[in-house]
Amino acid sequence: MQRTAGTTYLDGARRAWPLAVAVGGFGLTYGVLARQAGFVFSLATFAGSAQFAAVAIVGDGGTAAAAIAAALLLNARYLPIGLSVASSLRGRPLARAAQGQVVVDESWAVSHLGGGRYDPRLMVGAGLTIYGAWVACSVVGVFAGRVLGDPQALGLDAAFPALFLSLLAGQLRGRRLVLAAAGGAAVALATVPFTPPGVPIVVASVVCLAGLRRPAGVQEAA
Amino acid sequence: MTTTWLVVLGASAGTIVLKGLAPGALGGRALPPRLTAVMALLAPTLLAALIVTNTFASGRHLTLDPRAAGLAAAVGAIALRAPVLVVIVVAAATAAVLRAAT
Repeated sequence: MQRTAGTTYLDGARRAWPLAVAVGGFGLTYGVLARQAGFVFSLATFAGSAQFAAVAIVGDGGTAAAAIAAALLLNARYLPIGLSVASSLRGRPLARAAQGQVVVDESWAVSHLGGGRYDPRLMVGAGLTIYGAWVACSVVGVFAGRVLGDPQALGLDAAFPALFLSLLAGQLRGRRLVLAAAGGAAVALATVPFTPPGVPIVVASVVCLAGLRRPAGVQEAA
Repeated sequence: MTTTWLVVLGASAGTIVLKGLAPGALGGRALPPRLTAVMALLAPTLLAALIVTNTFASGRHLTLDPRAAGLAAAVGAIALRAPVLVVIVVAAATAAVLRAAT
C-alpha cells in the first residue's frame, strides 16, 4: 500500500545484485547436480533449496511422491511469506498472484520496509534479478558438468545464513522484533530433530501469533 | 526420466500455488490491526528461523560445523558495518578455510 517515494524496479535490482551473486553460485552447483531436467525445473519453480531436496531424493532412488512432498514442505514457508506481502500488492488477483511468484527469501527480505510493509517494486526488481541469475547459472551448471569443485569447499553453504543475518540486522528495530526473532530461532532449532527439513521454518512462524495479544504494538513498530 | 519429469511438474505446480495463494486471495486490502501486528513479526521470525536452520541443521540433526564459524564471522563483519557482499564473502571464506584446515 504505502510505497517509498520514487523507488523503481531498478532499485530492487541494485539492492539484489550482491545476493544474485551468491544465488548464482548456488544455481551453478544446482545445475551441475541436476542435469537436463534441472534447467526446466529452475525456470518453473524458482525455489533453490526445494529443488536441491527434490533432486537429491530422486538421485537416491526415492519416489516422485516423496520428492514432491519434500519440495512442497520446504516451500510451505511461502504461505506465511505470501501472507506477509499480500496487503502491499496491488492489481487484480491474477496480477498479485503473479507478483507472488518472484518472492523468494532474498527478494522478500530486501523489499521489507519495516512494520510488515513491503515495496512491490523492490520486490519485483529484486526477484527478477535473482531469478535471472538463478536460471542462467543453473544452465551454465548443467553444461559445465563437474569442472567446479565441491561447493562446500568454497564455503557457499555458509554464505546463506550470513546473507539472511545481514538482512535481519537491518530490520531489528525495537524489543518486540528482537524477541520475535529470538523466539523464531529457538522454536526452529527445537523442531529440527522431529520434522523433515523445511518444516521447522513453518513451525517457527507460530511465534508471530504473539502479535495477536498486543495489537497496540503496531504503532510502536511502524 | 519419467520420475524426474513428474517431480518437475508436481513440485512446480505446487510451488506456484503456494506462492500465489495469499497474494491472489488477500492482496490490496487493509488487514485488521491484529493481523497486521502478526505480519510485522513474520519477517524477523522467519529470517531468524532460516539463519539457525541453515547454520545448525543437517537433515534432522543439529550440528556444529564450519558454517557456525562462518556465521560468527558474519556477526563480526556486520558489527563493523561491512556491506552485505563483504559479510557474505567473509562468512564463506571463513567456512572454506576452516574446512581446508581440518
